[in-house]
Amino acid sequence: MDLELMVNSFPKLLNATLITLKLLSLSLIFGLFIGLIFAILRLKKNIFLNKFAYGYSYIFRGTPLLVQIFIIYFGLGQIEYLRSTFLWTILKEPYWCAIIAFSLNTGAYTSEILRSAFQTIKPGFIEAGKSLGISNKIIFYKIQIPIAIRQSLPAYGNEIILMMKGTSLASTVTLMDLTGVAKYIISTTFKPIEVFIVAGGIYLFMTFIIHNLIKFLEKKYSF
Amino acid sequence: MDLLAFGKTGWGDELFYATLMTLAVSITAMIIGFFFALIFTPLKLSKNKFLNLIGNSYTTVIRGVPELLVIYLFFFGGSGAIMFVASMFGYNEYIEINAFITGSFAIGIISGAYSTEVFRGAIQSIEKGQFEASKVLGFKKPLQFFKVIMPQMLRLAIPNLSNVWQITLKDTSLISVTGLVEIMRQSYIAAGSTRDPLFFYSFAAVLYLLLTYMSMKLINKLEVKYSKGY
Repeated sequence: MDLELMVNSFPKLLNATLITLKLLSLSLIFGLFIGLIFAILRLKKNIFLNKFAYGYSYIFRGTPLLVQIFIIYFGLGQIEYLRSTFLWTILKEPYWCAIIAFSLNTGAYTSEILRSAFQTIKPGFIEAGKSLGISNKIIFYKIQIPIAIRQSLPAYGNEIILMMKGTSLASTVTLMDLTGVAKYIISTTFKPIEVFIVAGGIYLFMTFIIHNLIKFLEKKYSF
Repeated sequence: MDLLAFGKTGWGDELFYATLMTLAVSITAMIIGFFFALIFTPLKLSKNKFLNLIGNSYTTVIRGVPELLVIYLFFFGGSGAIMFVASMFGYNEYIEINAFITGSFAIGIISGAYSTEVFRGAIQSIEKGQFEASKVLGFKKPLQFFKVIMPQMLRLAIPNLSNVWQITLKDTSLISVTGLVEIMRQSYIAAGSTRDPLFFYSFAAVLYLLLTYMSMKLINKLEVKYSKGY
């Protein structure tokens, strides 16, 4: 055990954790929007919209995240047309490519979580709203969405932890996140176990925080 | 389509073998995972606090740390660990272990943590009466496990194990960082030499979709078979 290396690498790894957290929070925010939109599409009776939303979640959940990042980072640059539009300023940055891939990926999982939450809402809640003369729109925003969010909290907590682990793939497109820096230190010092303990410890600490935060929210919004 | 031709002109046969490699790694990892689950599930269920702690730390650490980090640990640390053990037996040459073994082991340990959770859940949801009844009938512990608990456990575990299989299958894409030529690595090579990454990575995505789709069909059949009595 090389304790000195562990102590020395800790600040570097902690610094890299900031990038991991940035990637995670931005992807989760965008992913939640995407997930909500696609969950609503899944509930629509229109077959075309429904199939489209189903196809989206099927493709993104059926392929590895690594493929998705590579298609966006390496693949999209190949399209000449894209290079001439303003999109290119975003797509040439590995940072944004990673965020796009993560958001689309977590969006697919979130849409499944929210869809099943919407479907398990008891019809009595909606009927009660209707009989009070509340319009459909307000029933959706004031009754269905809050209940669905509460229902999906445990599953969404798992998704946050999965996504946190997923951000480690940003290191494959040259970003120096926690895993990227850990790999760099390992490959220069050849001390994998020490670095694994420190970096793994940071990840476990984040998992612990997320887990407890979700538990707290579950308790707060239980009914 | 020329890009996918078989033989020397295209990448069809290379990608075909790469797909077989992905399948081989996934299946090996899944089996290694079962062995780990076989060891750690009893630990997690045991009443002994110390054994319980070991079981819980395994699943918590592996499920809380990114797969890529675990793979790097094995990739960089694997041969070092083997050489350390070998040096205790007086063998001091450099040993390099092959990427297939390191990769399957790394993914196997990850898959094992998920399988452990699935088995634990399945055993816990078997009714208490089943344990008691088999005890009353004078079954010894191993017989009780293999004849009474395991058949019921498998039925309950199959739907969740299919999730574990999907996770394992997708995780194998990460082994490409160690240089093992599976779907991702082969696509990376092909994309590099033809300068057509969009096509090859999209094709890789299609291959993964095909694998997940076909395995889902197979598992659904298994599920029907095992729930016949219910």
